[in-house]
Amino acid sequence: MSDFVSGFWSVYVALITLVSVVGCGVFLWVQSKAKATAATAEQVKTMGHVWDEDLEEYNNPLPRWWSWLFYITVVFALGYLAVYPGLGTYQGAFGWSSRGQYEGEMKQAEAQYAPIFAKFQGQDVKAVAADAEAKKMGERLFLTYCAQCHGSDARGAKGFPNLADNDWLWGGEPDQIKTSILEGRQGVMPPHAQLGAETVKDLAHYVRSLSPDKLAHDAARAARGKEAFNSVGCAGCHGPDAKGMAAVGAPNLTDSIWLYGSSEATVIETIGKGRTNKMPAHKDFLGEAKSHLLAAYVFGLSQGGTEKQ
Amino acid sequence: MKLTHDFIERNIGWMIGLTILVVSVGGLVEIVPLFFQKSTTQPVAGLKPYDPVQLTGRDIYIREGCYNCHSQMIRPFRAETERYGHYSVAGEFVYDHPFQWGSKRTGPDLHRVGGRYSDEWHRAHLINPRDVVPESNMPPYAFLDRPAKSEDIEAKMRALRMVGVPYADEEIAGAKKALEGKTEMDALIAYLQGLGTALKQR
Repeated sequence: MSDFVSGFWSVYVALITLVSVVGCGVFLWVQSKAKATAATAEQVKTMGHVWDEDLEEYNNPLPRWWSWLFYITVVFALGYLAVYPGLGTYQGAFGWSSRGQYEGEMKQAEAQYAPIFAKFQGQDVKAVAADAEAKKMGERLFLTYCAQCHGSDARGAKGFPNLADNDWLWGGEPDQIKTSILEGRQGVMPPHAQLGAETVKDLAHYVRSLSPDKLAHDAARAARGKEAFNSVGCAGCHGPDAKGMAAVGAPNLTDSIWLYGSSEATVIETIGKGRTNKMPAHKDFLGEAKSHLLAAYVFGLSQGGTEKQ
Repeated sequence: MKLTHDFIERNIGWMIGLTILVVSVGGLVEIVPLFFQKSTTQPVAGLKPYDPVQLTGRDIYIREGCYNCHSQMIRPFRAETERYGHYSVAGEFVYDHPFQWGSKRTGPDLHRVGGRYSDEWHRAHLINPRDVVPESNMPPYAFLDRPAKSEDIEAKMRALRMVGVPYADEEIAGAKKALEGKTEMDALIAYLQGLGTALKQR
């Protein structure tokens, strides 16, 4: 509260606040001057109005307990304004501010947790992955920041990679995982509808034929698809053997893992319309230390043993 | 004339005037000075007005009552900043008319949701939230997959310009074109992806 366009506003706020607080007290005091002097109910003065022939209003003083409570609130308000900010730009005797309280809270947490993070950050990702405490921390971080897309079991969903297996679009080495978290990844499969529906279908049959799952396919189409695969440039990203390329995030097409599904219609859609997918960068948000722990946690998941069923 | 109880009660004009004076003290002290405070009237560095698509998405956000369950106000507590990012500051909302701070969190705060998820995640989540967050109780918004209305976008932007949002004439002229072919879902996602990105996360 210290960046008013002019000093006037600070005085304005302070003045109105003080005048109304003190004014309340004075007003109450003035109004309580009428003393309860009457000995009996008949002698009490009335306000002087008479309604409906005989309806009158007594002019009794305010109950004393109530008046005192009111005076106490006035004193409390003045005390509060003396120690906490409230009067314009005056900071109060305690120098409290919500930002200051937040920074104190962060500093305390930093002092408590920074050494733990620093300990793990000094270690190799593989070593961290083997540490039971780090795994617990990593799991908590994962559930807070990663589970929305990759699932609480890290097994992903359609379009969101399974992190608990050992198949990787962008590489499963600790450094590659950490880069994926820090910098994010932008996966692009360009659309290929311009090849014509028949060629796209041939390619789909070929790709399905590569899977070890023995997916149904037409042998003649698959053969034509194989030719097309090499001639239209699929091999450029997926490699001549269709085993993928981590440098561009191109998936391995010869395994039984399908990010978007393996049905003929889905594969045709993937080839024809293309796919774009994005892992957001977390460098600014999570920072180096948390990303290091998360990379270790995810690496640990892929090494088996920690997988949950 | 003496300003007594009796006098005030018998002269309704005085009664009205003094009543208004009493009830306006809070507003005079707590609201009026905000119009003369730099941190509430000046945008934070890097804050951009909503583009036509985001603006349309914002109106869909309001129309669907998203603010009933989602706040856009990260408070300066560690528990919140760890989860959502940097606490909200007033200068981030100067182009919001009205702001969508909300007051209830059935769902999470959305002030810094921009860039947290991919567009595809938002699409899947809006179509059926349970597909990506199994425990979610958010209603599905699959019906937003319909063309976004664009006939009033220019008038809307001109109106916002009158209250201080710096739209250039070219931006307003190109607004309808920017909305061509966009669905309501596209617009809503564009709005969400821009939320809270002006301020660095930490």
